[in-house]
Amino acid sequence: MTSLLRPCVWLVLLLAASFGMTSLRPLFAALFPTLERPVYLQEGFAALLLAHLELVAVSGVLAGIIGIAIGVAVTRPWGAAYRGLAETLSAAGQTFPPVAVLAIAVPSMGFGPQPAVLALLLYGLLPVVQNTIAGLTQVPPAVLDAATGLGFSPFRRLWRVELPLAAPLILTGLRVSVIITIGTAALASTVGVTTLGSPILLGLSAENTAYVLQGAVLIGLLALAVDAMFDAALTLFFAGAGRPAGGTS
Amino acid sequence: MRLRPPDPVLLPLVVALGMVPLGLAFVTVARNRLVTGRPMPLWHAAQGPEAILSLAGLALLLLAALKRGPWLAILSGVLVMGGLGWIAGDVAQLQAISQPAARVSLGGGFWLMQALAALCLVEAARQTGRAGKALATLLVAAATASLMMSGTLDDLSLLREYANRRDVLGPALLRHIEIVTLAVAPTVLIGVPLGVACYRREAIGRLVLPTLGVVQTIPSIALFGLMLAPLAALATWQPALARIGISGVGMAPAVLALLLYSLLPIASNTQAGLASVPDSVRDAARGIGMTRGQIFWQVEAQLAFPALLAGLRITIVQATGLAAVAALIGAGGLGAIMFDGLFTGALDLALLGAIPVIGLAVTADLLLRLVTPRATDRAPS
Repeated sequence: MTSLLRPCVWLVLLLAASFGMTSLRPLFAALFPTLERPVYLQEGFAALLLAHLELVAVSGVLAGIIGIAIGVAVTRPWGAAYRGLAETLSAAGQTFPPVAVLAIAVPSMGFGPQPAVLALLLYGLLPVVQNTIAGLTQVPPAVLDAATGLGFSPFRRLWRVELPLAAPLILTGLRVSVIITIGTAALASTVGVTTLGSPILLGLSAENTAYVLQGAVLIGLLALAVDAMFDAALTLFFAGAGRPAGGTS
Repeated sequence: MRLRPPDPVLLPLVVALGMVPLGLAFVTVARNRLVTGRPMPLWHAAQGPEAILSLAGLALLLLAALKRGPWLAILSGVLVMGGLGWIAGDVAQLQAISQPAARVSLGGGFWLMQALAALCLVEAARQTGRAGKALATLLVAAATASLMMSGTLDDLSLLREYANRRDVLGPALLRHIEIVTLAVAPTVLIGVPLGVACYRREAIGRLVLPTLGVVQTIPSIALFGLMLAPLAALATWQPALARIGISGVGMAPAVLALLLYSLLPIASNTQAGLASVPDSVRDAARGIGMTRGQIFWQVEAQLAFPALLAGLRITIVQATGLAAVAALIGAGGLGAIMFDGLFTGALDLALLGAIPVIGLAVTADLLLRLVTPRATDRAPS
C-alpha cells in the first residue's frame, strides 16, 4: 500500500498548511522581521483553498465529461469525419501558453469567475480529447471483433471493452489537464478571481515576501497532492501505465 | 452522375459562421479607452466593397462545403477572414473621423467568426494535405500583411495600443526571447549529460527523473514565489551577488525557475531517445569493431537526436509561456504588457501582450518541427 502513502502525505501537509498557516505567525515574523503583517489574513487559507478547488473541480469535471464525449464521438463511425480536426486542434491548441489563453479569453468575456472557468475548461479539454482518442484507437481490432462476435451492442462494446482498455491513457490526459488547471487557476487572480494565487499577487504588489511564500507553498502542495492521487489511482487500477511527460502553466 | 453529400465537417462550421452575427456583437464602440463600449452588430458595421467581399466569401465557402471543394474552401475562408478584418478596420476609421478619442474594439462576434473561418481553413488544409496547408498559411499571412500595411486596421483599439507602445513592444519581445534563451541554453548543457547519465545508470534515472517530475508538477507562479524568498535572502546576505543582478525579483529567479522546468523534457527525452536504440544496432556496431566512444557518438547519439530535438521543442514552447508568467516577479518581457493590461482592465493592451506570446510559441514549435527529422526516417527497419 506504499502507493497510497505518497498522496496521503501530501494531502496531510496541504491540509495542515492551509489550516495551520496562521498559527505559524511567529515563524514568519522571525523570518521576515521587517514586515508589519507577516501572515496573509484577508481571507482564511482554507477558504482560499476551497475557492481554488471549486474552480479546478468545476472546469476539471466539465473538461473530463466533454473531453471524453468528444473523444468517443470522433472515434465512432458517425463522427469519424471530425477526428482529423479534433486531433489537429487538440495538438495545436496545446502550443498556446495557458496564461495567454486566459489573458485573451477572460477580458473579452468579462472579468470574474465564470469566464475564468470557461477559459480553464477550454484549455483543459485539449489533453483529455487527445488522450481519449489515443486510448480508444489503440484498442486492438481483434478485441473489437471478438466483442462484436460475442454479440455486444456498439454501446455495450464501448462501455465494457473500449473504455476500460483506454482508461489509463484517458486518466493520464485528465491528470495533465487538472495539473495545468491548478496552475492556471492561480493566475486567474490577475483577473479578479479569488484563488490561492491572491496572496501571491498581493504579496508581489505590496512587497510582502511572506504572503508570496504562503501562497506559493499552498499551490505547490495542492498540485503535488492531486498529482500523487492520480499517480496512486493509475498504479492501483492499471499497474502504473502511462506517466505523463510534463505539463505546467 | 452520383451526387456527393455535403462535407460533414465544413457545412456545420459554415452554418455556424453565418449564425454568429445574430447573437454576438461584431465590434464594440467606446467613447474612450477605459469605458466599456456599446456593442455594434455586424449588419450595422458592414458596408462598402468589404461587405460584398465578405458575403461573397461566405457564399463561396458554403458552395465549397456543399460541393466538397477543399481548395475553394481555403480561398473563400481567407476571403471571409480578410473581409471581416477590413470591415472592422473601416468602422474604426469612420468612428475616428467623428470622435478621435473613440475606441473600436473587436467583439466576441468578430473573434468567433474568425475562429470558425480558421477552423474551416484547418479542415480544408487537412483534406488537401501539405500543399493546402502551405497555401492556407501563405494566404492568411498575405491577407494579414496587406491589411496591416495598408493602414486599414490602424484605427482599431488594438492597433492604437500598439502605436502607443511601439517603442516598448520591441524591447519586450527581445527581453522575452532573452529570458527563454538564458534558461534553455544552460538547460541543454546540463540536461543532455544528465539524460545520458540517467540512461547509463538506472539508479540515477530512478532518482533524477521523478525529482524533476515533481518540479514540473509545481505550477509556475508557485515556483517563482518559492524562489523569491531564498534569492532575496541570498542577496541581502551577500551584497556582491545583488550587484551582479541576483535578487528575489527580476531576471534571476525567472531564469532559474525556467531552467528547473526545462530540465525534465530535455533529460527524459535524451534518456528515452538513447533507450530506444535497438540492442541489435549496438551489437552490429560492436561487431564491426567500433569502440565504446564511437558507438556513442556515431550510433547512439545519431539515433537519439530526433528525440532530443522533440524535447527541445517542448522545452522552448513551455518556456515561452512560462516567461510570460515571470513578468509577475518583475522579469519584464511580453508578460509585463499583458499583465499591465489585465490589471488596468485595458483589454486591448492585454491582447497586445498575449498575441505575440502565442506567436512566439507557435513559431518556435513550427521551426523546430521543420528541422526535426521524423524518428521513422532514421530508425533502422
